Amino acid sequence: MPHNHPETELHNPQSTKPPLDPHLKALENEAIHIFREVAAEFERPVMLYSIGKDSSVLLHLARKAFYPGRVPFPLLHVDTGWKFQEMIAFRDEMVEKYDLDLVVHTNPRGAAENVTPFSHGSALYTDIMKTEALRQALDAGQYDAAFGGARRDEEASRAKERIYSFRTPDHRWDPRNQRPELWNIYNGMIRKGESVRAFPLSNWTEVDIWRYIQAEEIPIVPLYFAKKRPIVERDGMMILAEDPRLELLPGELKREEVIRFRTLGCFPLTGAIRSGATTLDDIVSELETATVSERQGRAIDRDQSGSMEKKKREGYF
Amino acid sequence: MTAPAIANAALNDTTAVLAYPAQEPVRATRDSRPLRLITCGSVDDGKSTLIGRLLWDTKAVKEDQAATLQRDSKGKQNDLGLPDFALLLDGLQAEREQGITIDVAYRYFSTDKRSFIVADTPGHEQYTRNMATGASTADLAVLLVDARVGLLEQTRRHATIATLMGIRQFVLAVNKIDLTNYDRSRFEQISHEFKELALSLGVRQVTAIPVSALKGENVVYDGRASMPWYDGPTLIEVLELATTRSAQTVGFRLPVQRVSRPGESFRGYQGTVAGGSVKPGDSVVILPSGMVANVTKIITFDLVRNAAVAGDAITLVLDRQVDVSRGDVIASIDSQPMTGLAFDAQLVALQPEGIQPGKRYWLKSGSRRQRVQVQPASQLDLKSGKWNHADELPMNAIGKVHLVFDEQAIFDAYEQNRTTGAFILIDPDTNNTIAGGMITAKRAALGGIHAEESRVILSLPAELADQLMATELFAGRREDVEVRRVTAGKAAEIIDAIDG
Repeated sequence: MPHNHPETELHNPQSTKPPLDPHLKALENEAIHIFREVAAEFERPVMLYSIGKDSSVLLHLARKAFYPGRVPFPLLHVDTGWKFQEMIAFRDEMVEKYDLDLVVHTNPRGAAENVTPFSHGSALYTDIMKTEALRQALDAGQYDAAFGGARRDEEASRAKERIYSFRTPDHRWDPRNQRPELWNIYNGMIRKGESVRAFPLSNWTEVDIWRYIQAEEIPIVPLYFAKKRPIVERDGMMILAEDPRLELLPGELKREEVIRFRTLGCFPLTGAIRSGATTLDDIVSELETATVSERQGRAIDRDQSGSMEKKKREGYF
Repeated sequence: MTAPAIANAALNDTTAVLAYPAQEPVRATRDSRPLRLITCGSVDDGKSTLIGRLLWDTKAVKEDQAATLQRDSKGKQNDLGLPDFALLLDGLQAEREQGITIDVAYRYFSTDKRSFIVADTPGHEQYTRNMATGASTADLAVLLVDARVGLLEQTRRHATIATLMGIRQFVLAVNKIDLTNYDRSRFEQISHEFKELALSLGVRQVTAIPVSALKGENVVYDGRASMPWYDGPTLIEVLELATTRSAQTVGFRLPVQRVSRPGESFRGYQGTVAGGSVKPGDSVVILPSGMVANVTKIITFDLVRNAAVAGDAITLVLDRQVDVSRGDVIASIDSQPMTGLAFDAQLVALQPEGIQPGKRYWLKSGSRRQRVQVQPASQLDLKSGKWNHADELPMNAIGKVHLVFDEQAIFDAYEQNRTTGAFILIDPDTNNTIAGGMITAKRAALGGIHAEESRVILSLPAELADQLMATELFAGRREDVEVRRVTAGKAAEIIDAIDG
């Protein structure tokens, strides 16, 4: 049965958007359903907000799910201290604009022991400043459910994820012993100390995310759009060279290139792509013909095959 | 029907109707809903290889992933020098080490006509629960058999579970046909055997395709060069034309997830329409209370709408103050779901502890969670297709059960609505999901039963009747319940007659 809506929908006067296509509509409906279910079943939900494109879509869907009410849970940003400066500015702007509760957490070990991606290597740095920091923040907030923007199409071990991903009190994920998940009936029963990570975007692909951002006019960090920016080449990646803490190694040169980012994380670990895409239309058409996956620009995935699974078991997102 | 479809229909016997929908205009991906499918069958039939091939040939594998695949395939190269496509799917380290699929993997690919969500499900019997998980949301099942081996018990098991879960479209992929020297008679023999099985399960839409997943023949590209005798559709052609699940239903259903009260003046009921449609002005009933109201508004984030249909996540506003809470169902007045304290259902046992008779579980359906007692009645023998009497159900069993509730439950038959007719059981001791089930019918109550107007007559062994009437639940319902005390033997006879 085609999913036809009656032609007689009343647009709000302020809304001039054409209706969503049925494919995105189905994904949106599913995500809203998950948001509402978790908010109703858990005592202390929180939404992990990483400021990237997936988080921006997640936030938009949360606002839709609870309209006309406020988003009924805080946003948690795990700040490694090495995010792109534009991301932090964007985060604060969103919180202000949409009347959100924001919790920011940085692992105190970072400053105390001076943990940096340069001194500790990407794997150890990620473990301390992301995974450990996330566990600290979740424990401190006593959150029993955490929304995340993970998508099953991102990486092989994520393809196995449930919508409700059960975690032990020490935040571990056991891929061999996941609860069966049938239909759209989610089992949210947990004991004290246990928690669930909920993934409303499970069934979205990267192209879906961009087409939805385009259709819904969702604000995103400007780093996704091409612009002439200072970069330095390192480990086969183009790294943004605007933070004074980035020390050039012997033989490295700073230069300007027209670049953009396909994913955003910590700037020393995130590679840019050469691209002239300055609009959402450009990005979507570039993606539809892309020949490499989006995670290629992520240093942390490339240690070994199966590295993401290992990180996830330890509580990384 | 297209020419190849007609040819395939001729090739397949005429008892099974091909799964081609009425001539719909072919729509671009972005205008159609994604098709959800599962692949199932016995272990080593090549399921992961088949999906890997689908991803590869629809260009869903990017260069860096292909490079990783080539690297991880080292030493596992087949004699064609192709990468091990299964590695695209078996993402868990344990799976790679053992070369098997443990859990469902969800993958995404698209053609210029449609997008697809495929659940790759495990073939091992010990992981049947994961196969049931994948089947619960699928529109279509691709069943693989090894052309050299033919149908196995696990093939039958998976076909049966898929059917129970409401899947009505099947593709039989007779894989590794290259290893039989493209033997046409072998293909036809297996197709015929499967159609017999499908018909016994009540499935009428079967398309049989001879494929080589490894070589990519009849998956995305046709295999005419090797199989001139086959001129039916490729797998991807069948998938592009398959129909998505409709929200067949007897009427409007909205399981209430949340009550939204952002201010004193606003009260809205949030949920996803689970069947039918609704518009302002419609009269609705709130279950289980039975109160009636009219719909005044349907609200979404940027539209006030004048209609909503199955699948839409909405906020509903009613014209009067009624007591509605999470777990209630708002339904059309003239076509209501069943409410009652006892139902019949079929279920699949998903955990090692199976289903224990008389144990009290949690049941969740839609947004409603309540206590239930489960009484197994029979178990399906997958070899014979017969239902044998059973007092308990072990893991992976498919059984018929009676459900008895403490308070009113609200359901449709699964045949009529795959949302309001489905449920899961949760073990209160472990919080794990131990069964997935489908409602078949309402029962009047426990024991020998028949309803006369609104009075329920129970025929029970005297001792049990006295115990029952002493409970708070029945004490409050003296008006509606008449208990006839009979001997234990007579009660057993009555129950047998009902189960008959």
